[in-house]
Amino acid sequence: MSTQTSSSTPTTGQTLKIGWLYGTKMNIYGDRGNVLALAQRARWRGIEPEVVEIGLGEEIPDDIDIFFFGGGQDQEQIAVSRDLQGEKGERLKQAIEDGAAMLSICGGYQLLGHEYRPHDAEPLPGIGLFDITSTAGPERFIGNVVIDSEDWGTLVGFENHSGLTFLGEQASPMGKVAVGRGNNGKDGTEGTRYKNALGCYLHGALLPKNPALADWLIEAGLTRRYGSATLAPIDNALEEQARQTAIGRAHKTH
Amino acid sequence: MGTNGLRFRFRIPGLPKDFDPRLAAALTASKLTGEASRRLGRGGGTSAPGLVAERIDPNILNKLAARLGAGAIVVAGTNGKTTTSRMIADILTGAGYEVVHNRTGANLVRGVTVALADRTSPLGTPKGTIAVIEADEAAFPEIVRRTQPRLILLNNLFRDQLDRYGELDTIARTWKAAFRDLSDASTIVVNADDPTLSFITEGLAAKRVTFGLNETTHRLDALPHAADAATCKICGADLKYHALYVSHLGDWYCPNGDSARPPLDVAGGEIALHGVESLAMTVSPATGEPVRIEIAVPGIYNAYNTLAAYAVTAQAGVLPARIVQTLAAFRSAFGRIERVPYKGRTLTIALVKNPVGFNEVLRMLTAETGGLSVPTLIAINDLDADGRDVSWLWDVDFELLADGEGQLSTTGIRGNDMANRLKYAGVPADRITPLPDDLEPALDAFVASVPAGADAYILPTYTAMLGLRKILADRGAVESFWEQ
Repeated sequence: MSTQTSSSTPTTGQTLKIGWLYGTKMNIYGDRGNVLALAQRARWRGIEPEVVEIGLGEEIPDDIDIFFFGGGQDQEQIAVSRDLQGEKGERLKQAIEDGAAMLSICGGYQLLGHEYRPHDAEPLPGIGLFDITSTAGPERFIGNVVIDSEDWGTLVGFENHSGLTFLGEQASPMGKVAVGRGNNGKDGTEGTRYKNALGCYLHGALLPKNPALADWLIEAGLTRRYGSATLAPIDNALEEQARQTAIGRAHKTH
Repeated sequence: MGTNGLRFRFRIPGLPKDFDPRLAAALTASKLTGEASRRLGRGGGTSAPGLVAERIDPNILNKLAARLGAGAIVVAGTNGKTTTSRMIADILTGAGYEVVHNRTGANLVRGVTVALADRTSPLGTPKGTIAVIEADEAAFPEIVRRTQPRLILLNNLFRDQLDRYGELDTIARTWKAAFRDLSDASTIVVNADDPTLSFITEGLAAKRVTFGLNETTHRLDALPHAADAATCKICGADLKYHALYVSHLGDWYCPNGDSARPPLDVAGGEIALHGVESLAMTVSPATGEPVRIEIAVPGIYNAYNTLAAYAVTAQAGVLPARIVQTLAAFRSAFGRIERVPYKGRTLTIALVKNPVGFNEVLRMLTAETGGLSVPTLIAINDLDADGRDVSWLWDVDFELLADGEGQLSTTGIRGNDMANRLKYAGVPADRITPLPDDLEPALDAFVASVPAGADAYILPTYTAMLGLRKILADRGAVESFWEQ
């Protein structure tokens, strides 16, 4: 990961600690782009990012500001599910209760719910941070997705999942599906939010193309660390072009 | 699967002894459809004739393969299969075989069927003696079942187009299932540096020949982001490496001692890389003399391709001196990497189609200067053949391009995603030029930005490569692809 800082950026003296859950195991679909977006957008504002990978059997440090939890292959999901049971999962939930921010995608999202039920194997227990339950579905949802959200405006990404996620009574979605299938292809919802923790099926990578969402996570993380945060505006011209292209492709390819 | 319901009870004079009327009808229909399609200007198309032939005789591929005197060689792997199968076909041709080869990259079941049908007489007599079949990863198990190959080459298995192929575990499982039905008449030549491929070729009835690198100079320090970390199939531990060469390929071992790279039957090493032009390497068979190979393809990834071609053709019985001689004259497959003189500039076009392939191209372009020194156009499309999901761009180590003076231009349907990716890789804004999505104006603007007499690189995804090549062919700068 690049660590260079533009010489023209004045440093604020602030730091942002990003915890990448199972980075080597749960990193398909360009998940690394999300971590990169958080780190770079902090750096471009003179905030020093520190990325910590939290692997199997490793403890969760208590000063993480933003967690990222990506998707993995089936075998890896099993190992991760097991690793999160007990103490480690409880610590993660406590961090979210304390205001830490989190973005989870696909497999990570599912394991933060109550459980994931595969076709022909034992259910994988989650940690119940989100009031959601996921089951293996009969078809794979693959394609560009556009979501209308109240908190972050229009979000655009790419979905590739056969798991169907259903929201419980306590859960609220991140937004409504405008193009694509979303949580389960039925109720028109996509993702869920609890406090500053988000879960969804959008990769793409998501954050570099949705800078408002990236900045919201950074702001939440900084607020946890410093009590408040105001992010300086930065140039988003390339992000905006990539975003408009992706939205255009989503409408055209469905 | 249909059965052959037609039976000839008596022989018609003049027909071959093994005449099969259903096959003959399928062959004739395939040829007529292909001709009609070419007349309509759909050059290079293979799916319509294949579909027609299969409708008439669902077993056509099995039958055509069985009729080849020296059998079939099937080449599979995420990267390098077109280049490697082309090397193999050239070597076998040089050794006197009549080779049938799906050369235009039509590597699904129907494309392979048509390639074989085109080289078989309407009465069913093959014009070739041996087939070299490049197989798509998803179609590979079916092609193996139908052709019962004499030799199978397994190059590598990397993350590629998850929207199309699914996850790596899934592919490996379907491959392994296809190997179970092979008899000891088949030999699997496998890249032992790939742990997954090693694991899925253990304990089969088919024979196994291993190849890999023992290279001291060109190594990676750590697993790249794009690598899918492999685990020991016995104990599940993350594998470690005595030496790592490309992505997760290397001299691997389990830290608990439960598994390790098997002994190599054919080892490559002492690699010398010459920029974007060529390489030299020494190939050492377990028995016999080592040979030095010089070949006009660049990069470590092509050292693997060269080694693979050597291992397969040596196994087929070609003499080492003949292999060395043919490879010395080898010309790269269309669009994979080619140098095109154009308007006083030299354009080097290198296909990029997945994270590992892209990483290896970037490694090659930045090896000598430590950064990018040559103006480069990256063309990213998201059509079916490219992968509709562009998230893979985030697994490529574009951080390698952050240093150096080379300007980076972007085009293609998802050129804007590419420009944004470069920004997050730390490439300074004044070195990123987003050009129009349309390839033609982008190519013109890019070429105009390159000083006359200078070199430039173009890195397109598959359909962007086809588009750019068509523009260059229409302008007389390259041959169109079905002429090759």
